[in-house]
Amino acid sequence: MENTNTLVDKSRLVDEKTVKARLVTIFTKWEVLLLLIFITMCIVFSILSPYFLDYFNLMNANFTFMEKAIIALPMIFVIMSGDIDISIASIIALCSFAMGAASASGASTPVIVLIGLLVGIAAGAFNGFFITAIGMPAIAVTLATQSVFRGIAKAVLEDQAYTTYPESFGFFGQGYVGDTLIPFELVLFLALAVVMWYILHQSSYGRKVYAIGNSTSAARFSGVPVKRIRFTNFVLNGLFCGIAAVLLTSRIGSTRPNIAEGWDMEIITLVVLGGVSINGGKGNIFGVIISIFLLGYLKFGMGLLNISGKVMIITTGTLLVVAVLLPMILDQIKAGKKITRKAA
Amino acid sequence: MNDNILELRGITKYFPGIKALDGVDLNIRPGEVHALIGENGAGKSTLVKILTGVYTPTEGKIFYKGKSVSFKNALEAQASGITAIHQEASMFSELSVAENIYMGHHLKTGKFPGSLDWRGMRKKTKALLDDLELDIHPDTLIKNLGVAQRHMVEIAKALSIDAQVVIMDEPTSALTLREVEDLYRIVRRLKEEGKAIIFISHKFDEIFEITDYFTVLRDGRYIGEGNVKESTVDDIVKMMVGRSLDQMYPESNAKIGDVILEAEGISQTGFFKDVSFKLHKGEILGFFGLVGAGRTEVMRSIFGIDKLSNGTVSINGKRVHIHNPKDAMDMGLAYVPEDRQNQGVILDMDLSKNITLPQIDNISPGTLIDKKKEKEITNEFGSMMEIKCAGYHVNANTLSGGNQQKVVLAKWLATKPAVLILDEPTKGIDVATKASVHKFVSELAAEGLGVILISSELPEVLGMADRVIVMHEGLITGEFTREEANSENIIRAATGTTDDIGGAA
Amino acid sequence: MKRFLRTREFNLIILIVVLMIIVAFRAPHFLSGENIERIINDTSILIMVSIGQFFVILTGGIDLSVGSVIAFSGMAASMLNQYQPGIPAAIVFLVGVVIGLALGMINGAIVAFGKVPPIITTLGTMSIFRGFTFVLSKGQWVTAHEMTESYMAIPHGSFLGLTNLIWAAIIISAITYYFSRYTRTGREVYAIGGNKVAARFVGVKEEKINFIIFAISGILCGIAGVMWTSRYAAAVNETATGFELQTVAACVLGGVSIAGGSGAVPGVILGALFLGIINNALPVINLSPFFQMFIQGFVVLLAMFVNTMMDKRNEKLLLNRRRA
Repeated sequence: MENTNTLVDKSRLVDEKTVKARLVTIFTKWEVLLLLIFITMCIVFSILSPYFLDYFNLMNANFTFMEKAIIALPMIFVIMSGDIDISIASIIALCSFAMGAASASGASTPVIVLIGLLVGIAAGAFNGFFITAIGMPAIAVTLATQSVFRGIAKAVLEDQAYTTYPESFGFFGQGYVGDTLIPFELVLFLALAVVMWYILHQSSYGRKVYAIGNSTSAARFSGVPVKRIRFTNFVLNGLFCGIAAVLLTSRIGSTRPNIAEGWDMEIITLVVLGGVSINGGKGNIFGVIISIFLLGYLKFGMGLLNISGKVMIITTGTLLVVAVLLPMILDQIKAGKKITRKAA
Repeated sequence: MNDNILELRGITKYFPGIKALDGVDLNIRPGEVHALIGENGAGKSTLVKILTGVYTPTEGKIFYKGKSVSFKNALEAQASGITAIHQEASMFSELSVAENIYMGHHLKTGKFPGSLDWRGMRKKTKALLDDLELDIHPDTLIKNLGVAQRHMVEIAKALSIDAQVVIMDEPTSALTLREVEDLYRIVRRLKEEGKAIIFISHKFDEIFEITDYFTVLRDGRYIGEGNVKESTVDDIVKMMVGRSLDQMYPESNAKIGDVILEAEGISQTGFFKDVSFKLHKGEILGFFGLVGAGRTEVMRSIFGIDKLSNGTVSINGKRVHIHNPKDAMDMGLAYVPEDRQNQGVILDMDLSKNITLPQIDNISPGTLIDKKKEKEITNEFGSMMEIKCAGYHVNANTLSGGNQQKVVLAKWLATKPAVLILDEPTKGIDVATKASVHKFVSELAAEGLGVILISSELPEVLGMADRVIVMHEGLITGEFTREEANSENIIRAATGTTDDIGGAA
Repeated sequence: MKRFLRTREFNLIILIVVLMIIVAFRAPHFLSGENIERIINDTSILIMVSIGQFFVILTGGIDLSVGSVIAFSGMAASMLNQYQPGIPAAIVFLVGVVIGLALGMINGAIVAFGKVPPIITTLGTMSIFRGFTFVLSKGQWVTAHEMTESYMAIPHGSFLGLTNLIWAAIIISAITYYFSRYTRTGREVYAIGGNKVAARFVGVKEEKINFIIFAISGILCGIAGVMWTSRYAAAVNETATGFELQTVAACVLGGVSIAGGSGAVPGVILGALFLGIINNALPVINLSPFFQMFIQGFVVLLAMFVNTMMDKRNEKLLLNRRRA
């Protein structure tokens, strides 16, 4: 009994934080740390290169990472509920292939887009079926479908490519909003981000996703339809891959079997760097949005400084490992201190 | 004093937010069976883990064979001759019986560097199993064994080490009567060989049958010790709970009404068969049985977590089909599961999110969560359950076990159920919280709820239930009214010693 | 014997035999000794690396960095050979292996002592090691005429009628089988993957095991790196891209549970051979090599599906056998 009482008193004390303590909590928040790194990065780049803080450049740089950014949004849901999808790049390839084939047979732009989205949904549902209905591990299933989806595009296209798309199709990946310099891709991403923010942080669906990620069985015992939600996450993921495929195909104007290769790892890195725990249950959409722009502009800035893309790969990898390592080490130090203090 | 093989002096252990042990003393002599007695949550299991090197004590000293020792890990404790049969099944289900027994101290041939002696291990395993009169092949994978068999393998594992001190943590909880007899035989033999045995139990018949000396713990503290033969049940109970037995349970004055839930001949392949019972409004229906008797499985399938193979369930006289927990909730059922930390609360979520999770859809018109409503519900049921916390925004993992259980209760009461199923609701929580849980349960029954209480604690079932159903190996083996029920007939039914049923293969 | 007939290994052997017979109907020369030796030769590298992957998966982890470790150690060994042709091939080989070991130990240290989940660690080091391969090579390749004869002979040389590459795969298989079956550490890997808490109760040190298995994976990737670059007489920066997926596929086909705790070396070898046979069979049955990716993915998915369904059925049978 004594124990619980002291515990209560202590937590009450913690609740009435001093200004300093509050600042410490804010600044040890992952999103805030990321934001600080982002600002520092922008300052450093603008000192090093006069072209960095150029409105036109900054806006155009978005084209290079908005498609990845869009897939990172549903990937938050997938990883949050303790799953993973490493077939996303292949879903893009499959969608792009389907759109290319449709375009080659003379389909109009709306039909092409619709086909892209539907194929994405179908591919996501395919993954979701094996993972939730059959009960196979997500990593194993998407590992296999990674080959299956891209394999279809490869088997048919061989070393050829679809390169003819209607002119109006080019808008999605190359267009700007009205007469401004704001890319359509950026606006679409921001709009989708708002929708996903609402779903994840304001709706009952998001609450259930958090519950599943933290404890699948406790969620199930509380009446959360675990399988249905996980399945929906994969379908959402497929749909967003379809959207990204539309943008990417439109932007580069062609479909090759190797389209978007290597994106799986980059997108997972975005999500994890954004503070979403790979074990599920922790993280939020703001961290991921910051990490998207952090990595996007890092790439852009390093490009301006003529730093090789390979150094960029190393930086991304290191950021990922350090991002996860650092809080673990801090936790260990904190835990160590707590125990010694109590023992004393 | 000098004849002690193992002595503990002032052992204290802290966990984040809780003092599990507080200055515990213990004297263990060779050739003696020493009962370690205490309620769930009294600190017995923590003490065992300290003795076996799984935990290191925050303070205090362990003297083994007269020397001060500190075990860094389980292996060191084993090597010096202390072995334990752990309460929770600590098995490798994908590995064989032989390997499970020898994991951590595999035999070697010595021919090649590191070469393991599989033949030797198999042979010795066979001998150990024969000794326990177990008909299991050493190469059988653990995942293919039943609960009781696994438990016997655990025992064989502890005996595979030439130990001076054998710790048995509730070794009989999953065993049939015959297996218990085998175990007693082995305990007596070990005793004759001059080994020291620490026997953890809260079944008094067992303590008086097999142990010589006892030490009582309560709330992590040493309370007292004594000679078993010179003591009575009442003495020990007083030490355990700090008051006598009959004061512990609230007076029941609920009016028993109509049948609210009825199960007819329900079965689930491999777990239970042909289970039928009726639950009335205002009634507390106790379910007693050994671990693995199938009680939890019955409730899980009624609640829609697992599928029923056959049989029907009716609510208020109408046949219902429950496919998932959501269906069950919609029909007014609530289930407080046994495994609080994994199935009950979500440790990394705050209390208010925990409490509103089962009805999150009901408070989200459209899709948007109504935060005001959420707060109302949390406040109402949080304060009703008297949860001790710094606010409903703290995560559940900052609370003590008892308060976590109150969160689970609050979460389910908030769904305004008509039937409340409680699976071991007081397992591992402190005495005071336990008493308040009991009080709530009887109040709820008084308000007309039907309550099903699964418990492995006989006093709890006897003290709380209006009627007791006893299960053994998946079958109902007894049903007693409050007047009929006593420890003897319940235990007989639970161990399958009633005349007509019982000889199940 | 009866037990063996029920194992996954036996199922896989049957599957392989059936597959080979079907292919042989279309092209009888598929079953010639020469062709079989070629298949095994082509699959040897996959076998070694898959075994390393197996140990990691056995603990419940995954090593996504295998391709990058192969690329880096292969590039480093090739460049050493290129710039110091005087150094004996055996030494160059050893250097490659030690580099692989070092990279594996980096993974192991981050996982074991930094407590970073294996998937994150190796996702990161996959990029890092690949990036450093480019940095090391400055984006250049090492081609056949820049390598010494003795270096290129490492995998091609033969002994008792088998190539060194096949011998390497055989020796590695034998040693790792022995390790996994007849050493305490090997069994402790199973313990960690099966039940971490129980493993701690019996004194198994999780950190030590995690570190060791990543080191093993590193060594095997180091060997594979040298073998790969010398066999194909080229060290390019993209060496073994995507190879991690094939190694995981070989494990999964071989009956290794992705959740950890179960599986065995022989199954992994058979799984890798199965993939190797499919790759070799495609041109033989006149299917365009562009079909390879699809068929591989499809077969892996199918095999896992069948495994899952069989597990479910076994569980049901087991329950049916129980009382009640």
